[in-house]
Amino acid sequence: MAKETTSQHRDESTGGGTPVPTDSVDAALSAVETDGLSGYNYAYLDEHTKREVRRSMLKAVAIPGHQVPYASRPMPLARGWGTGGIQASLSLLGPADTLKVIDQGADESVNAANIRRLAENTAEVATTTDTTKADLIQSRHRIPEEVLTDDQRLVLQVPITDALRKVDPSDAANRRRHAHKNYGKMWVHLYENVVEYGEINIASRYPTMVANRYLMDPSPIPRWDVPKLDDANHLTILAAGREARIYAVPPHTSVEPLAFEDRSFTVERFPEQACHACGSTDTYLVEVSEEPGTTAGDDDTAASFETRYACNDSSFCAKRRENPNLPKDHHLDRSGVDWGPATPDGGENA
Amino acid sequence: MTLLEASAVETIYGPGCPDCLDATGDRAGTNQCPRCGTVVACAEADLDVAEGEVLGIVGESGSGKSSLAEALALERDPEATVNGEVSYAGHDGNLLEVDYQTRHDLRSRDISLVHQHIRDGLDLEFTGGGNVAEKLLSAGWRSYEDVRMRVRELFEETEIPVARMDDPARTYSGGMQRRVQIARALATDPDLIVLDEPTTGLDVSVQARVLDTFRRVQREEGVAAIVVSHDLGVVRLLADRTLVMRHGRIVESGLTDRVMEDPHHEYTQTLINSVI
Ligand SMILES: Nc1ncnc2c1ncn2[C@@H]1O[C@H](COP(=O)(O)OP(=O)(O)OP(=O)(O)O)[C@@H](O)[C@H]1O
Ligand SMILES: [Mg+2]
Ligand SMILES: [Zn+2]
Repeated sequence: MAKETTSQHRDESTGGGTPVPTDSVDAALSAVETDGLSGYNYAYLDEHTKREVRRSMLKAVAIPGHQVPYASRPMPLARGWGTGGIQASLSLLGPADTLKVIDQGADESVNAANIRRLAENTAEVATTTDTTKADLIQSRHRIPEEVLTDDQRLVLQVPITDALRKVDPSDAANRRRHAHKNYGKMWVHLYENVVEYGEINIASRYPTMVANRYLMDPSPIPRWDVPKLDDANHLTILAAGREARIYAVPPHTSVEPLAFEDRSFTVERFPEQACHACGSTDTYLVEVSEEPGTTAGDDDTAASFETRYACNDSSFCAKRRENPNLPKDHHLDRSGVDWGPATPDGGENA
Repeated sequence: MTLLEASAVETIYGPGCPDCLDATGDRAGTNQCPRCGTVVACAEADLDVAEGEVLGIVGESGSGKSSLAEALALERDPEATVNGEVSYAGHDGNLLEVDYQTRHDLRSRDISLVHQHIRDGLDLEFTGGGNVAEKLLSAGWRSYEDVRMRVRELFEETEIPVARMDDPARTYSGGMQRRVQIARALATDPDLIVLDEPTTGLDVSVQARVLDTFRRVQREEGVAAIVVSHDLGVVRLLADRTLVMRHGRIVESGLTDRVMEDPHHEYTQTLINSVI
């Protein structure tokens, strides 16, 4: 791709990037501390790289759902741990921004903390765990429960970019299918799914049509989160480091999960279940089996083997513990905003 | 009523030169241009097919049968240059010049091709039913129950055990795979099916049963067909009219009975004598 040189020398064998050993965030950050920012550019990546990434994002916004290649750089994170997401985030962040990073719903994971630290130290951004206070949210596997607004951006980390790879490993053939909007094979996959299970049984990476044109892999978010992308107020950028592809769902774009007229798309249901910590019945729950006496703070039960359910979005769960009736759109000046699955209490049944 | 009419259809592999057409064909005794090396797989082909009619194409291996049939079925080999004019009932303009979308629509609704090679036509990892369903889904069917019902109906019609519908196509016998190809080709009620070497790779006993099935379904549905075979017996059984090809040219054509009983061209005579 681009052959221009920047002020920094490039390591040709890795296709460019920063010339410092970058095995870990710790190594990278301690280098920043000893050498100051002189060895680095603002936000870790050099300006040329960030411009290239932004250019790919603009292209991705212009062609919703279409996978745009970019020159993915080596990052001080293991590939597959959000190297694509962090490049997208660092290319977008400015010093006035506040960043939130979540890994499978949790702000506390080591991986999320590493990404947050890298951005904090190199881009001098503020960080938060509060969804409503973030300008940019980088996430793996989840879209927050609280409604995102038109001045927020969501960066989703993507391991596998092409929804069609499930039905054909050949990327060349799949590119042709995308070019011609030829998704017959994916439909056969859904058909065979119904034959086998009586319904479409795809847990995550649900094949989804964007703007009625491109079939998209929405990343490994649960089905629960897919409807949040439809006609959203916020911009979603999906970025893959290993596969060096970026795609996007711009605000107010139609996002439609593939389904049959008589076998419709459904989100996960948690019948009879509520979050053991906050009591929510309208959030995406996951099974937790915590040993008694650890963080959860539930002091009563000693039933250590019992599986319990908890909100997967830990920061919203914390708010609900304070205020059990807090709506998902509590921070907006209008209420009743359509965001994700309806509250089961609100009369809907699986 | 004429369904499809083709004139001067040619399929060429190579750069081509002004001598190509004169230096190849029946009289020249080759399909390769001695001057530029281009293979003239088929050329100067004029033919028509009426609604519900079966046209046979026979000839030895390499005579250009598949090349001609694929050009008519809008199959495109990126290595080939295809010229000529093909008109089709209800469609304006030359079928050989349509854009991708039109071609896709024609291929999924009007003209079906059953490939000579099973692997070109089926995804063996999908179920047999899934392979047939693909045709419907590509044509825009979105009701699962409707797709399911139509697939079952097609399995019955082409005599594939319905109980095997949800097994992977790779577990099917050769005869069953061929039937799945035929079921797939029939799925969207096309007006024309191009059947390339329907007996290839099948045991003799299976061959006869597959051909019987095809003949019955073809008549019941009233679908027109172009049947390509190097086997005179296949064409004799199925075709109303027959074209004989050699070195990329049509050397004789007529009602099948006439061609078989009173062949005019010397090559056809040897072809028939060698069978008898
Ligand atoms: N991709 C290609 N490149 C060059 N020549 C080709 C190519 N495909 C086919 N040909 C040539 O075109 C000629 C006609 O081939 P075609 O497959 O149409 O014959 P056929 O009559 O169907 O033969 P068969 O009975 O063996 O199927 C042959 O000489 C063949 O070698
Ligand atoms: Mg052939
Ligand atoms: Zn909770």
